[in-house]
Amino acid sequence: MNAEGVDQKRRRVLVTATSAVGAVGVGFIAVPFISSMNPSAKARAAGAPVQADVSKLEPGALLRVKYRGQPIWVVHRTDTMLEALPTLDAKLVDPGSELASQQPPYCANATRSIEPKYFVAIGICTHLGCSPTYRPEFAPDDLGADWKGGWFCPCHGSKFDLAGRVYKGVPAPTNLVIPKHKYVNENTILIGEDEGAA
Amino acid sequence: MKKLLIAGLLLLPLTAGAAGGHGPELEDANVDLKDKASLQRGAKYFTNYCLGCHSLQYMRYQRMAKDLGIPEDELRENLLFGDAKPTDMMTNAIKPADGEKWFGTAIPDLTLVTRWRDPDWVYTYLKSYYVDESRPYGVNNLVFPKVGMPHALINLQGIQKPVYAAHHGEGSEPQVVDVELVEPGELTVEEYDSMVRDITNFLTYVGEPYKLERRSLGLYVLLFLGLMFILAYYLKKEFWKDVH
Amino acid sequence: MSSDTTATAADQPPGGFLGWLDKRFPVMAVWNDHLAQYYAPKNMGFWSFFGSLALVVLVLQIVTGLWLAMSYKPSAEEAFASVEYIMRDVNWGWLIRYMHSTGASFFFILVYLHMFRGLMWGSYQKPRELLWIIGVVIYLAMMATAFFGYLLPWGQMSYWGAQVIVNLFAAVPAVGDDLSTWVRGDYVISDTTLNRFFAFHFVIPFLLAALVFLHIVALHTVGSTNPDGVEIKKGPKGNKWSDTAPADGIPFHPYYTVKDIVGLVVFAAIFSAVVFYAPDLGGLFLEAPNFQPADPLKTPEHIAPVWYFTPYYAMLRAVPPIGGSQFPGVMVMFGAILILFLLPWLDRSPVRSIRYKGMLSKVFLGAFVVSFVVLAYLGLQPATELYTLMSQIFTVVYFAFFLLMPIYTKLEKTKPVPERVTT
Repeated sequence: MNAEGVDQKRRRVLVTATSAVGAVGVGFIAVPFISSMNPSAKARAAGAPVQADVSKLEPGALLRVKYRGQPIWVVHRTDTMLEALPTLDAKLVDPGSELASQQPPYCANATRSIEPKYFVAIGICTHLGCSPTYRPEFAPDDLGADWKGGWFCPCHGSKFDLAGRVYKGVPAPTNLVIPKHKYVNENTILIGEDEGAA
Repeated sequence: MKKLLIAGLLLLPLTAGAAGGHGPELEDANVDLKDKASLQRGAKYFTNYCLGCHSLQYMRYQRMAKDLGIPEDELRENLLFGDAKPTDMMTNAIKPADGEKWFGTAIPDLTLVTRWRDPDWVYTYLKSYYVDESRPYGVNNLVFPKVGMPHALINLQGIQKPVYAAHHGEGSEPQVVDVELVEPGELTVEEYDSMVRDITNFLTYVGEPYKLERRSLGLYVLLFLGLMFILAYYLKKEFWKDVH
Repeated sequence: MSSDTTATAADQPPGGFLGWLDKRFPVMAVWNDHLAQYYAPKNMGFWSFFGSLALVVLVLQIVTGLWLAMSYKPSAEEAFASVEYIMRDVNWGWLIRYMHSTGASFFFILVYLHMFRGLMWGSYQKPRELLWIIGVVIYLAMMATAFFGYLLPWGQMSYWGAQVIVNLFAAVPAVGDDLSTWVRGDYVISDTTLNRFFAFHFVIPFLLAALVFLHIVALHTVGSTNPDGVEIKKGPKGNKWSDTAPADGIPFHPYYTVKDIVGLVVFAAIFSAVVFYAPDLGGLFLEAPNFQPADPLKTPEHIAPVWYFTPYYAMLRAVPPIGGSQFPGVMVMFGAILILFLLPWLDRSPVRSIRYKGMLSKVFLGAFVVSFVVLAYLGLQPATELYTLMSQIFTVVYFAFFLLMPIYTKLEKTKPVPERVTT
């Protein structure tokens, strides 16, 4: 009808504009479907940080809580236990917690904790995943006179000290993993979240 | 042809009143889901007076706290009891068997009560208890005849007595048509109504927590579609110039 | 997407990726035969939107349904809770659920309007009888899908509605009880029933999609009709785009694709208004009793199927038990649906479209529509004496539309049909 040129240009503009807005619309519609496949509130709840109340935790005792399906240990270490820690350095694979993947930066210290009094770790042997047994007593018969407390894994014989550091010459390669955590107050530890957490 | 069709389609909204038309007139609960203060009070009242028996098993504490603007520490202190964690559902410890034993029926969960009843029904129900010696717990209810539960809020509302219909058929029971407050409770009528309204408001929120979000999103969707319509319409008109 | 004449475009084989594909798959042939060179009447107008919209809603239902199936649990123990889980815990789950429930109702609205168009334009008449028959099979498949789907939320209405309808099978003489037990897989509606209804509900839509494909193939074989009922293929040849195509035809693409986009946007707005502002639609789309979990020991005060089944439910209730059996009512109900298959042969009119038929056809069609709508309303109400009487009257009117059609379409004086399409 009109000169071909004018016709075509308007059509191209309209087609492009409609297609572009339409594509945006399709994008919007896709969002709910894709997002719905991410963890639901129920999954997020099951994976939510867990509080541990240490007000009644006796010295030397171990408290176990569950976080994301894993056992988390909280140990109230005595002064004797703490004093023994530096003496073991020569027997350990990574006494200085050099391997960054095993603990958050604020636990890469001598006691592998925020507060020396309380030790928090994931209770899973870094060898093949068994949960080691807590052996806080010093020099028991089966572990020898040099044993200064720690964990002994019954599955393949790995040993860890009371800061979760792995002994040389055992199957487990690395120190026990320390989870993200922070102190809500002096009696409550929140496991799974820390100060810098997003 | 089209006129008949449209006339026919206009009949459909009448069906909206279909299922629930019987029974006494319901008072307007005046639900306002934007009134967070009311929702918070409702949460408090429900937790104190109702949650012991009636669970809200599909509602998470944390979600409710977030939507209502209750900070987490207040949630833990005032609304969480026992072992409950913020991420838990609002359940209680009553066993269905106990409900049957004490009340003759398992105690219903109330998460969805304002969707299978109506907010106005819940509101009127909470205001319509009256004394009735023939009932196991001594009370009956105008909107829920022969209700199995006691009046949990009787101390606050006071005692109401039934008002009978002026006439009734021979041999049949006199009909209760209204209730009248005969002994005031701890709250005045206005205070009690306001409390009950807060509970109803809260339960309406619990029935559909994302209702406000859904409506505000709808606005954006319709605006977007409006834009899309303008473009599509001009596109069509432009191409159809060829045809005419 | 330019409007240069498609005649030249079809002559040159395409290069590049399209060319590679076209040597191995009839891409260009399909594009031309069914879109760019499928000539549809230029006057199709408003009533032609509903077919393509129904197709869009079918796709929507399959997609939302698949997404719901990711979280839904088809067991009597967990079904109700899993729906609330979707509504509350799954990100955007509420939106996907509402789209699915609203989509189900809109699917029926669109299909009823689409069928009404068929009645008006005489789309079922020769040579489109097979097209119509495939359409009725699609309608049956939709009803089966909806029936199976409604049990899935496992609410009070789900359970008791299914109970009532499956008990209809028990009305069949001699084999009734065994038949209904076989359908349920159990002596009462139970977990077994729910699980198998879920399986059926998931699968039938794919059968439906195949039927829709056949429906479109059948349509394209004979060509689309129009409000005047004039066969454009029988008219003069030659138009702006092609020397051999019907004079009153225009290429489906781009003209009807661009028009259908407008229709789609308007529909999307109406659909969204419901989804975001009134998904319950006053209890019509999501029935209130269904927010209570199924209780086999407590029957709700008032059982009714969802609105799109209620016309037939009203007919069922209108027929009193004969000889102590509800079977006659069941027969009437199924008969009302199955009679649709006979329509191409009941219509004896020399004229196709209602525009040129006589006064009798117009009155009967109007009465049919009114009776369908009134029966739908009555099916939602409790059965009182007045309502039952009204249901009986309107059931008669409904059947009269079909059964008297061979007579009134032959008797009436029709108007002269134009040779070329009007607007």
